[in-house]
Amino acid sequence: MAQTTETRTAPETLGIDAALARRLLGDMMLIRRFEEKAAEAYALGKIGGFLHLYIGEEAVAVGATSVLRPDDYVISAYREHGHCLAKGSDPRRVMAELFGRRDGLCKGKGGSMHLFDRAHNFLGGHAIVGAHLPIAAGVGFAIKYQGGDQVVVCYFGDGAVPQGEFHEAMNLSALWKLPVIWICENNRYAMGTAVERALAQTEIWKFGLTYGIPSEPVDGMDVLAVRAVVGRAVERARREKIPSLIEARTYRFRGHSMRDPAAAIYRTKEEVERERQRDPIVLFRERVLRAGLLTEADVRAIEKDVNDRVDEAVAFADASPEPPLEWLMTDVYKED
Amino acid sequence: MAVMTYREALNLALREEMRRDPRVFVIGEEVGLYEGAYKVTQGLLREFGPQRVVDTPIAESGFTGVGIGAAMVGLRPVVEMMTFNFALLALDQIVNAAAKICYMSGGQYHVPIVIRGPGGPAHQLAAQHSQSMESYFYHVPGLKVVRPSTPMDAKGLLKSAIRDDNPVIFIESETLYGLKGEVPEDPEFTIPLGQAIVRREGRDVTVVAYMGMLYRALEAAEELEREGISVEIVDPRTLRPMDKDTIIASVRKTHRAVVVEAGAGFAGMGSEIAAFITELAFDDLDAPVERVTGANAPMPYARNLERAKVPSKEKIVAAVRRVCYANGSR
Repeated sequence: MAQTTETRTAPETLGIDAALARRLLGDMMLIRRFEEKAAEAYALGKIGGFLHLYIGEEAVAVGATSVLRPDDYVISAYREHGHCLAKGSDPRRVMAELFGRRDGLCKGKGGSMHLFDRAHNFLGGHAIVGAHLPIAAGVGFAIKYQGGDQVVVCYFGDGAVPQGEFHEAMNLSALWKLPVIWICENNRYAMGTAVERALAQTEIWKFGLTYGIPSEPVDGMDVLAVRAVVGRAVERARREKIPSLIEARTYRFRGHSMRDPAAAIYRTKEEVERERQRDPIVLFRERVLRAGLLTEADVRAIEKDVNDRVDEAVAFADASPEPPLEWLMTDVYKED
Repeated sequence: MAVMTYREALNLALREEMRRDPRVFVIGEEVGLYEGAYKVTQGLLREFGPQRVVDTPIAESGFTGVGIGAAMVGLRPVVEMMTFNFALLALDQIVNAAAKICYMSGGQYHVPIVIRGPGGPAHQLAAQHSQSMESYFYHVPGLKVVRPSTPMDAKGLLKSAIRDDNPVIFIESETLYGLKGEVPEDPEFTIPLGQAIVRREGRDVTVVAYMGMLYRALEAAEELEREGISVEIVDPRTLRPMDKDTIIASVRKTHRAVVVEAGAGFAGMGSEIAAFITELAFDDLDAPVERVTGANAPMPYARNLERAKVPSKEKIVAAVRRVCYANGSR
């Protein structure tokens, strides 16, 4: 009986309806599948340079974006495919950008680390660790200057926290009361350097308290927890024009980049296996099934849809031509 | 025309552009309440208020990044570096973000920002506060670099820089802030970026010089005139994009060139100008291009050493005589 009661009341407990459950699960699965296919394409030599996969961290981007409006801004570092897709970018154009093709979001000039999508207010892909934090503060400054009520979400890794620019940006956003939501994706390693080897204070959210910023940690593997915490921060930012710092505790299941496939020197197999038990997609899928929000058939349908979209993205990227050579010299300066 | 100082001309340009366009704002250390370390922003806080004249803490990288972010989403910031020496703390923001966002985004975003402040050799400010900073910036595709030598140029070029849709590095001169000159009062008066100007007409040799070095070159030209050598002086005004046409046209006329630069010479502006003169006008040259540059040493404090570090009128005169084979050293 207790079981039946729980099943019946669970939708209220989760606080979401079936449509939202479908969207959150679908978005996370899309990012996972996209990244798996990107890894394949990298192995085939279709993607070059550095490729940093978001696998394992999907709940952060999806949970956070789910409380944003389309006109809100997002800015990120170089592990940003997930943030960009969550914000609504067309997977076909994201994949084409990774392939360095003409139909990529940035005409093939940016690549994996520099995705920009103006149509979705996605302000980039910045690959100097910590450097995009002051830029995010500037976006918050502009929102206030223009009298808008948008917010800007800025994602960065634990590796950005020891940088001076993190502290400059925290200070400026607090001092000037800017509507910025700072989301630190603490996946516990800056490349191969564990947080304990880099920070005197490993509870990253506590740095925000120093600057008088509302700050809290959240389980970054729980999409609903992320959604709730970011939702509160967005409310504060919209209404009171103040920043928040959220430390989303997450984990990357793959190496730092495709050039670190084993990721075995600086962390143990056991640790990775243990963390995989927190897989945000598996956990959320089980919860929504248990809650009766979605059925197994629903999940299979989502999976098929996601696989089809990613296959289509790869086919689109494959078919897109290389950028014409004359594009080498365009966009160096804004042309009239 | 009104007579005003270089400082007042900059102030007027800021005022006019802020009146013209509500998206323009000024941000930097001591720009508001203190009215600018060099008083270039005097009176702006009173006229435009703290929202548009923004005092910052000492965090060059931070507030430059703020400018870049604001520019990406529709504002037109004028970021003041109290002196350009401090811009090195923001070099990553300028080089890796401001200069490249337009390109990296495939033209979706652009960064209409002006980063301005004094730079160049000053008086006994020693190694960290007295140096030519343009060389750190003009190498970078995506940036424009301006060095205005007169009050009129200061006004006309700053207004163009603010109206430009690209990041502009605008380096003024501490030693010229008090210089007086005629300045058009028309708020629509601008000088396009990328246009050099012939400051003095001559027949025998082209001297390329800007900022403080321009005035030394003008003195040298007076002395050489008395010896019968007629010097033409070209001021590039904008270093990137460089108006090669005006410089080459002058060299084709005089067949000789001397480039003067305050900074240390190795891989400097003089190297670039000498290179393109050689590439574009080799057959017109009657002598190798000479460079007169600062010594390849940090700026010393002692007055006599400082004098020796920076190109002097005498060194310019000697270089001109050499290219004219007028000193018997042929």
